[in-house]
Amino acid sequence: MTTKNVSVNTANLSTKQLMNEKKSAASIKNVFEKMVPAVLFLFAAVSVLTTIAILYTLITEAIHFFQRVSFTEFFTSTNLKPLSQNPSFGLLPLLSGTLLSTIIAMVVAGPIGLMAAIYLSEYASDRVRKLLKPMLELLAGIPTIVYGFFAFTFVTPLLRSIWPEIELTNILSPGLVMGIMIIPMVASLSEDAMNSVPNTMREGAYGLGATKLETAIKVVIPAAISGIVASFVLAISRAIGETMIVTIASGSTKNFSFDVTESMQTMTAYIVEVSSGDAAAGTTVYYSIYAVALTLFTMTFLMNLLAKKIARRFREEY
Amino acid sequence: MQYIDRLQVRKRINFRLRLNSILKYVFLGATLSGLVVLAILLIRTVSQGFAWIDWNFITGHLSMDPEKAGIMGAILGTFWLMLVVVFFTLFLGMGAAIYLELYAKKGRIHSLIQTNIANLAGVPSIVYGILGLTVFVRLMDFGSTVLAGGLTLSLLVLPIVIVSSQEALRAVPQTLGEASYGLGASKWQTIKSIILPTALPSILTGSILALSRAIGETAPLVVLGIPALLIPFPGGFMDRFTALPMQIYYWTLDAALVEEYANLAAASIIILLLMLFILNSIAIYIRNKFQHRF
Repeated sequence: MTTKNVSVNTANLSTKQLMNEKKSAASIKNVFEKMVPAVLFLFAAVSVLTTIAILYTLITEAIHFFQRVSFTEFFTSTNLKPLSQNPSFGLLPLLSGTLLSTIIAMVVAGPIGLMAAIYLSEYASDRVRKLLKPMLELLAGIPTIVYGFFAFTFVTPLLRSIWPEIELTNILSPGLVMGIMIIPMVASLSEDAMNSVPNTMREGAYGLGATKLETAIKVVIPAAISGIVASFVLAISRAIGETMIVTIASGSTKNFSFDVTESMQTMTAYIVEVSSGDAAAGTTVYYSIYAVALTLFTMTFLMNLLAKKIARRFREEY
Repeated sequence: MQYIDRLQVRKRINFRLRLNSILKYVFLGATLSGLVVLAILLIRTVSQGFAWIDWNFITGHLSMDPEKAGIMGAILGTFWLMLVVVFFTLFLGMGAAIYLELYAKKGRIHSLIQTNIANLAGVPSIVYGILGLTVFVRLMDFGSTVLAGGLTLSLLVLPIVIVSSQEALRAVPQTLGEASYGLGASKWQTIKSIILPTALPSILTGSILALSRAIGETAPLVVLGIPALLIPFPGGFMDRFTALPMQIYYWTLDAALVEEYANLAAASIIILLLMLFILNSIAIYIRNKFQHRF
């Protein structure tokens, strides 16, 4: 509008001048237009910075730890006595706790999650699925501290009334509760994988006279196996990193053992115990949480990477 | 000579059909088993804690004496945390999502950031706690304050906010943007007045869900050294504080010493779940009320 007015009022203005005028007015807008993506890029870069910060803090502080405790002691010793007169820092007791709680959780979540996925994707009508799936996902929305409370005040006493040898804090009860917590993860991701198997394959099986069950087990699951395995791996990674349930219900005994009735400490629970116990900065105990956290981070990172690889490599294209 | 034994075939078919119908109910049972546990958990917690919720419990100060203990401090602490998390994640998350969806060229940097966000979402929350302890509490010397806790939780849920915002932006039809360009609008004008308003309800829904994830998190706060028994209420970002999940944690641990603490923990869980329920209801309301369908 304005340029038009200008050109009418000052008829003897040269075209060159007009073009320059237009340019300078637009250039402020242009600068702004160019600045926006730059600023937004910085926002997106925060996530990369977070990763760098995590790696940097974990590695630099873990190096302090490994200057005092040898690599071989940390990864092969079955003794973990961080606060004794003659301290020893072996990771294996924590690894056994983590491994055991994860195995128990997967024994619960694996079969139940897979069966729920089969039901939701093969048997349930659309209406039932739309009702059940969000309800199942409620389980994943409950804060883990609530599960910890539940494991400690309900599941453990229940287990003890059936099996009296179980200690007041034990690895079995948090493992079971953790399994319940990750059912929706396995069920939801496996169901997605099974849903993406084309219907023509099911119809082929039905046409040959297969029952729904045979179709599910012999056709749909093999076709969706990459997604199902990936969901299991992700669930394992989630169980390894889970903290509050095991911290509350499994106590802090640092034994290298595989007895589910005993109190056992996981890597995550160790980090909680040390960091909330006022370990002075600079002590070996303080640095040990960084070494444990680095191990934990590496394990979950590799698991997540593996899940992605499996999902990509073995996916059958239809 | 009979090649097909009809009786045998019928038996076999009957067996297969019966197996199918039995296992259908087994699968249904597996689906419901998780819900049954959830029901037990809720019923037990409510029956244990409900009687302990009264005006004094909600508005009172923390106390060693279970009869006098109140959780106003923890509720306020959680609110302060929410303020920090909302402020940081909404702007950073939305900005990052706009960059990735609408500005970035699909290339090496784009896929690097995208993979990085996916990986961050899988990092255990306790690792974020250690990051917060090292960077915010010690390096920047914030101490165990609302700001340190809020920033740590913000980093924790940022990947979730970015991914859900990206999905919201992707759901806006390209024709809307093209119509805007056709009228002579610039890229930023188009984003600001066409694309963002259209996607905003979905972005808010995703952000609220992420927020409800943040306020239930305990592990990072424990690592940051959030105290057990704190009498004064937090009044600012640089104040020390306690939060609802922390209070539940300490009361559960101390239930071995004083039995009533378990009931206080149950009562606090009811309050926390109520807050989560309200947040989720708001998210669902926004989604149903304002979401555009194309």
